[in-house]
Amino acid sequence: MTAPSTRPIRRKGTTRQRSTTAPGEPGATGRPHQTGDDRPRAPIRTRGLTKVYGELVAVDHLDLEVQAGEIFGLLGQNGAGKTTTILMLLGLTEPTEGQARVVGLDPARRPLEVKRRVGYLPDAVGFYGDLTGRQNLRYTAQLNRIPRDEANATIDEVLEQVGLSARADDPAETYSRGMLQRLGIADALVKDPDVLILDEPTTAIDPLGVTEILDLLRTLVRDRSMAVLLSSHLLNQVQHVCDRIGIFAAGRLIGQGSMPELAKRFGEDVAHIEAEFDASDEAGDARVREVLAGIPNVTNVASPSAPGTPWTIEVRPAQDEIRVRRAILAASSSLSLDLTSIGTLPPSLEELYRRAVERAAHGHARDVR
Amino acid sequence: MTAESTPAETPAPPVRSKHSEAIPSRRQRSVPFAGWMVIGRKELGDHLLSWRFVILVLIVAAAAIVPLYFAADALRTSASTSDRLAARFLTLFWYGPPVANGQVTLPSVAGFLSIVAPLLGVVFAFDSVNGERAQGTLPRLLSQPIHRDDVINGKFAAGLAVIGLVIVAVIGGIGAFGIIRIGIVPTAPEILRLMIWILVTLVYVSAWLAFGMVLSVVARSAATSALVGFGMWAFLTFLGGFVVQLIQNILAPLAGITDISTYLNNTGTQQLIQRFLPSTLYQEASIVLLNPQVMSRDISTPTTIGGLAQAQQQVPSILSLDQSFILVWPQVVALLAVTVAFFAIAYVRFMRQEVRA
Repeated sequence: MTAPSTRPIRRKGTTRQRSTTAPGEPGATGRPHQTGDDRPRAPIRTRGLTKVYGELVAVDHLDLEVQAGEIFGLLGQNGAGKTTTILMLLGLTEPTEGQARVVGLDPARRPLEVKRRVGYLPDAVGFYGDLTGRQNLRYTAQLNRIPRDEANATIDEVLEQVGLSARADDPAETYSRGMLQRLGIADALVKDPDVLILDEPTTAIDPLGVTEILDLLRTLVRDRSMAVLLSSHLLNQVQHVCDRIGIFAAGRLIGQGSMPELAKRFGEDVAHIEAEFDASDEAGDARVREVLAGIPNVTNVASPSAPGTPWTIEVRPAQDEIRVRRAILAASSSLSLDLTSIGTLPPSLEELYRRAVERAAHGHARDVR
Repeated sequence: MTAESTPAETPAPPVRSKHSEAIPSRRQRSVPFAGWMVIGRKELGDHLLSWRFVILVLIVAAAAIVPLYFAADALRTSASTSDRLAARFLTLFWYGPPVANGQVTLPSVAGFLSIVAPLLGVVFAFDSVNGERAQGTLPRLLSQPIHRDDVINGKFAAGLAVIGLVIVAVIGGIGAFGIIRIGIVPTAPEILRLMIWILVTLVYVSAWLAFGMVLSVVARSAATSALVGFGMWAFLTFLGGFVVQLIQNILAPLAGITDISTYLNNTGTQQLIQRFLPSTLYQEASIVLLNPQVMSRDISTPTTIGGLAQAQQQVPSILSLDQSFILVWPQVVALLAVTVAFFAIAYVRFMRQEVRA
């Protein structure tokens, strides 16, 4: 953990329960005293949520569920309908069709109660330039009717969490884009939300800051079992921080699940193995290549791009990956190749995303025809 | 999953209110109320520290002091000579002193307010919504537990409060000047008239504030709404009279009309057209409220032969406050209606607007 502290916020009179059940486990959603009522209790849930602007279908029959204690990443290009979805979840835009439930309530009908419990970081967040960062947060606290003492304590904590304590009393107009983004996250946390919705939370933040922010999110989710929905087009960030990912294209959720689930669904039937050999001369390289290519089911062997970097071995079908690894190990000992390391390359989200979008486009084209 | 994991914390199942479908929250949260007051308070603070406020004070103060300086002498002489002048104290507010040997008449305080109040209304409202939009604070603001109309209400209240504050302070200053320097002491009915007049002034300001609010909702950029707002003000103030005359002479000419009933008819039409200017409504209301000697025939020319006869028979007299008020009630209601209409437009447009920039 880098500079900013990620202590959970404590408040007077607040009894916090740490969830002992992991998300997805049956106990997580079990309600012992409400039998006969089988509505799921996910803090964010949508059914056939649709928004149409004139001719354009911005969001097309979206079914989404985000559990408490999990980070859900909404992945999609600009204009894929991410922001529209978020606005519908907050009751800031009315859905054309379908329904949403946030903390169990319909945001279109009970927007105030929803907004009291949902922290929201808008895309391109802005603050009143002539007020200090702290004053801006205080205004948010007032709008949420948080008592002054409690608000001041909370504001100190969230400012520290996002690493802005030192600049808290400077006017917001002197902040950099990244600092505004951090202040925006602090602003969303001021009301101690049950659900956190972040629209492109890391766009303007430098790489080091991104790590801090993502760590902070992890801590919040773990300690307070918030449900976090974040939208992003930055694939590797989403990949690292999110428990589950939804791939969004042209208003439709074309795939959702954890990374392995997505890989199973959208991954090509191919696996990649990384192996390093201590063979620096060309003759050695040639021998390694020959051996690797000779293993059954190996479809491609890429030699190291630079000395000291691993070989990449492509395996088809993917399920034979373990067999190929064993074969490499066996070959390295019997043929005395100096194998120094071996491992499986995880599928990249970028690859999955591209395939998912492509597949959806083909499917769509078929539908049209 | 927060409270559910510890059922002891959740209320017993039989107590199922209408909120029961909500997932219980970690902490007790009170229902926020009167979000407009929070917004209004913040906006008021912003206004009081802004350059606009300084300019507002300068304009209004200058407007009060200059005519007062010239009026002082004239008033002192008239105050000592004419005891018949009812409500001498209020003369301070409607009397336009002649300067340069009577060739030019300065506007009275009431006359001046009729010109400046619209400007103030526009200045304090033109960027209220699109300013938030430009700063990127609108989505954040609307994602707080407030109603959308709280934004408009709060900003409107803050604008009205700050303008009202200055107007009351300046009128108080003029009154104090009148008491100390000229030696006119207000009577109780005069103070009452003054207070009602201030309220009517605030209604007039409100109409323009609401107009500015509509512009700030409809126009995407503050520059556009400022341009339209000030343009409208300048047009009505400097050209409004001419345009009204033009329309009057086209629709209901008086020149060359010999038939008395047509003449009276056209006079009525002309008055109606004249009253489409909000400033006309305000000026009529002002003069009647401030000067108890002003009677119906002074603000409305009779439009029937019978009315003409009646008007001629009217004995010059001093109206009581309720009589004066009855006389200008239509004007006040019209101003209120304009305010409400603009407010309604601002509401409806804002409710339907997309939040994103």
